[in-house]
Amino acid sequence: MVALRVNKSHSEADQPSSPVVRFEADQPLKLDAGTLLSPFQVAYQTYGDLNADKSNAILVCHALTGDQHVASPNPVTGKPGWWQVLIGPGKVIDTDRFFVICANVIGGCLGSTGPASTDPATGKPYALNLPVITIRDMVRAQLMLIDHLGIDQLFCVIGGSMGGMQVLEWASSYPERVFSALPIATGARHSSQNIAFHEVGRQSVMADPEWLGGDYLVAGRRPEKGLAVARMAAHITYLSEAALHRKFGRNLQDRDRPTFGFDADFQIESYLRHQGMTFVDRFDANSYLYLTRAMDYFDLAADHGGRLVEAFAGTKTRFCLVSFTSDWLFPTEESRSVVHALNAAGASVSFVEIETDRGHDAFLLDEPELFAAIDGFLRSAARAKGLAVR
Amino acid sequence: MSVNNNQRVDLRVVADLIPKRAKVLDVGSGDGTLLEMLQGEKQVDGRGLELSQRGVNECVARGLSVIQGDADTDLVFYPDRGFDYVILSQTLQATRNPKKVLTELLRIGERAIVSFPNFGHWRVRLSLLLRGRMPVTKDLPYSWYDTPNIHFCTIRDFVTLCDEIGAKVESAAALDADGERIGLSMPWWFWNFFGQQAVFLLRR
Repeated sequence: MVALRVNKSHSEADQPSSPVVRFEADQPLKLDAGTLLSPFQVAYQTYGDLNADKSNAILVCHALTGDQHVASPNPVTGKPGWWQVLIGPGKVIDTDRFFVICANVIGGCLGSTGPASTDPATGKPYALNLPVITIRDMVRAQLMLIDHLGIDQLFCVIGGSMGGMQVLEWASSYPERVFSALPIATGARHSSQNIAFHEVGRQSVMADPEWLGGDYLVAGRRPEKGLAVARMAAHITYLSEAALHRKFGRNLQDRDRPTFGFDADFQIESYLRHQGMTFVDRFDANSYLYLTRAMDYFDLAADHGGRLVEAFAGTKTRFCLVSFTSDWLFPTEESRSVVHALNAAGASVSFVEIETDRGHDAFLLDEPELFAAIDGFLRSAARAKGLAVR
Repeated sequence: MSVNNNQRVDLRVVADLIPKRAKVLDVGSGDGTLLEMLQGEKQVDGRGLELSQRGVNECVARGLSVIQGDADTDLVFYPDRGFDYVILSQTLQATRNPKKVLTELLRIGERAIVSFPNFGHWRVRLSLLLRGRMPVTKDLPYSWYDTPNIHFCTIRDFVTLCDEIGAKVESAAALDADGERIGLSMPWWFWNFFGQQAVFLLRR
């Protein structure tokens, strides 16, 4: 069964079960690493219909381990789309009114060019021969997709975590293409602590003997243990201490007393092992290295002479930022510093902090206050842009 | 941040001072009543700063552009002359440093509109004089130990402060309990005695 799923997720890298736009040699992707990526492809999903004047498009940017299947079942896991609670017919992001686009990021593993994709030069997976990708590279590729779709200005760009970084990059690099921006649970840079956690994850992958210097795919092997441990460590950072305790406490897993061994005695251990194991079925280990690196390199202020306000100078984009009280990966202060920069730039900005104990992952969950904020913000933006409001 | 939300009889007077399509910052925007009124009536480009997170979340859900923040600490992040009007309605008396806040308002806005409860009103004076107690009135409903209003002033006090920071008073109004203007051309002492609220339009 595992072997079957391995094949499934790997085949998604080259032949995804979603639309793909392929950019040939005449349209290379300029990378921050200083090289060109060509040819390359972007896999994406759309929901709803683009209106006649192409003014109702919302681009959703996915997080580290997300993908383009935002509002429809995931082809690898069969589970509902990762933001299906928010996006769909009649939902807060109503696909009866909006044209929703979500693209797999460059460096990902579900159809956009990434380390698991076949390098046309060698006929083998890129593995570590793919140049390091940045958040800005991802956004450049998305821009090419948006151009390909013939859309001048996106009504809104929305995303959480790494998706929120892309939203900020979009608004900073292409302000005239973004009417409104909704970065959630994110920041204008990755903190030292965040880089530290990512490094633990990468070292875990690379310490797995099955990783083979990155060339595991051609050898028909996979660093599952290393990637699972990376996911386990990361997963803790997505939750809060309070939520973990509420959910699992010190409860034992299917037993009355500790076994005095190293089996998963505690429910939390069993839960994390499950999270690690299911993750390796759907995600490529090298992709995990590339995408965590992209987040680490993100520092919007540094790209503008150390002054974040310069990243947004003269912007006309309308912003709404959202943070969560128990998010210790991207604490409220990270959002607040973006808000202050936007204030200084004279931008139109709203900022909502939502009280919850569900940690960083709260942005993926059914959070009524989050939905109310998104709904209110999109309605007023729609009015300002002259779109019909429900 | 607006601590007298149920008594905001000043809103009508404040709103009448704002021209159409002005760029407005409402400091202490509360539940967004004034911003919503200004957007509806005057099509302003309105922003809000509000201390209470609940107030902010409600505002954003209603489609207003509001952030959580503190007038005492967060005005510094706004650029010089970023707004046509900066409004501070029923909030000055709750700030830690009213002088600094007022200076910031006039740095950020071409004009500032400040409204506050008048501590020189005869009921307040009478309460102190006869009862010897800190006044608790319909307008000022808090006891001394739990009031958010830590820097009360009278209309005369406020005029002195404006002089001190070099703010020009373009217009002023004293309001009675129902928000009606009283004695348009009366001297300051009259307003200071009979005005429950005051609304000032200031310029740098």
